[in-house]
Amino acid sequence: MQPAVKLELSEKARAAATRTAPHVTIRGLSKKFSDATIYDNFDFDIPRGKLMSVFGPNGCGKSTLINMIAGLFPADSGEILFDGQPLNKIKFGYVFQNYREAVFPWLSAFDNIAYPLKVMGVPKKDRVVKVEKIVASLNVKIDLKLYPYQMSGGQQQLVSIMRALVVDPEILFLDEPFSALDYEMTLFMREQLQRVFQETHTTTVLVSHDLEEAVYLSDRILLLSRHPARAVEFVHYDAPRPRTDKTMTESDFIQTKAHCLEIFQREVRKG
Amino acid sequence: MNWKRLEILLPFVGVIVLLVVWSFTVWLRIVDPVLLPSPLSTFKALWAGMFHGKLGIDFLKTVERTIYSTFFAAIIAIPLGILLGSSEKLYRSVEFLIDFFRSTPASAMFPLFLVLFGVGDRTKISVAAFGAALVILFNVAYGVMNARKTRILAAKVMGASRTRVLWDVMLMESMPATFVGLRNGVSLALVIVVVAEMFIGSVDGLGQRVFEAQQMFEMPDMYAAIFAAGALGYGLNLLFLSIERRFVHWAGK
Repeated sequence: MQPAVKLELSEKARAAATRTAPHVTIRGLSKKFSDATIYDNFDFDIPRGKLMSVFGPNGCGKSTLINMIAGLFPADSGEILFDGQPLNKIKFGYVFQNYREAVFPWLSAFDNIAYPLKVMGVPKKDRVVKVEKIVASLNVKIDLKLYPYQMSGGQQQLVSIMRALVVDPEILFLDEPFSALDYEMTLFMREQLQRVFQETHTTTVLVSHDLEEAVYLSDRILLLSRHPARAVEFVHYDAPRPRTDKTMTESDFIQTKAHCLEIFQREVRKG
Repeated sequence: MNWKRLEILLPFVGVIVLLVVWSFTVWLRIVDPVLLPSPLSTFKALWAGMFHGKLGIDFLKTVERTIYSTFFAAIIAIPLGILLGSSEKLYRSVEFLIDFFRSTPASAMFPLFLVLFGVGDRTKISVAAFGAALVILFNVAYGVMNARKTRILAAKVMGASRTRVLWDVMLMESMPATFVGLRNGVSLALVIVVVAEMFIGSVDGLGQRVFEAQQMFEMPDMYAAIFAAGALGYGLNLLFLSIERRFVHWAGK
């Protein structure tokens, strides 16, 4: 009996993955901070199974956008639905920029990664299996018995990425995840993220302040205007994966990056 | 000669200098020998008192009172501190009271507690507990209030309920401050207990011992009792520090 059920599920899952309907629909989103209107009646659709970057001028509300989508703080008005469902009905992962303050220093790396499973009430035996699976799939070579303060910055951020992935999220949010790392680590982490994405095709939303990184990693780049933010353009970049250093020398990449930069600078000058 | 290896002996330098200066002072009779006995007779008195005399019993009495007062202070102040710290508005509304009584010398409260609890152990323990509790309370509350917002958000984003956030994040975040509070609390409790033993009709305890030896002009005994009190204070601090290092290994990192 069980295999049949499994097969049915995986077909459903496959059907879901190949659906072309947007994954997240944002309608009439508005947000004011004391001194500025960041979003005013903002509409946007996040495509399914794509890695999407959000890029725009400083303070335009890149992080605010994913923070509202992920429910870190509420929008003043508007509706955000995931396949027509509210946030509390779905599983998602969130990676903070400041890993030092986002991981739990009193837990070992292993327990940090397992924590969301514990919150979900997954029994201990299954937690161990799941954590080991995610660690193996990322090919991570860290002693998981270590505490975060015994690890390098990159290792800590890797732990928080695994913590976000361990629940098999339907959607993954990353808020400038590599900006606090040194360049060598940043390059390594980009490859890790690309690998995760290639293996799982989880809908991913990445806030980045590095245009090269945004284009290199993304299928879609959302370019925002100064606040109140509008979607100036939704750039497609469909270079095949795995992308490598060579990708960055190809004309398609250079053109896409130049195009994004032109729009970005136009928006910056408007301010 | 390997000088690096000798560096571990550095902490003893001060002690040796003190003993030498002390010995010379006695030897040259700079101070009246009745007021300042030699180091040797002092340590003889300390040894004899601790292992064969009444000083050992007084020592244990003071330990007992200090531990009791810190214990009662902790079981009242830690839960209360978490409660107050979890709501900034609540803390702000009682902040003045806490700061006011924290700044009030506990010794000024002796007469009040004497009226309330009489001259027995209950008075000494409750005054010391009162002083220690305010120190612990203040530290715990601030520890909870200063919990990293990002960590709380991280737990919330992972679906943790309010109670879970309180237990798993805020409580753990407040642990380093709680231990600082406990360490300060036990030091304060010892000070108050020793003072209380001197002046609130006591028949035992280190404070009473120091006071009685002075009254009887038994100077070696008095110095011995002072050193015993010093060793107790130092030992308690060391004990709490080692517990702290074990339980809040992540503090300050």
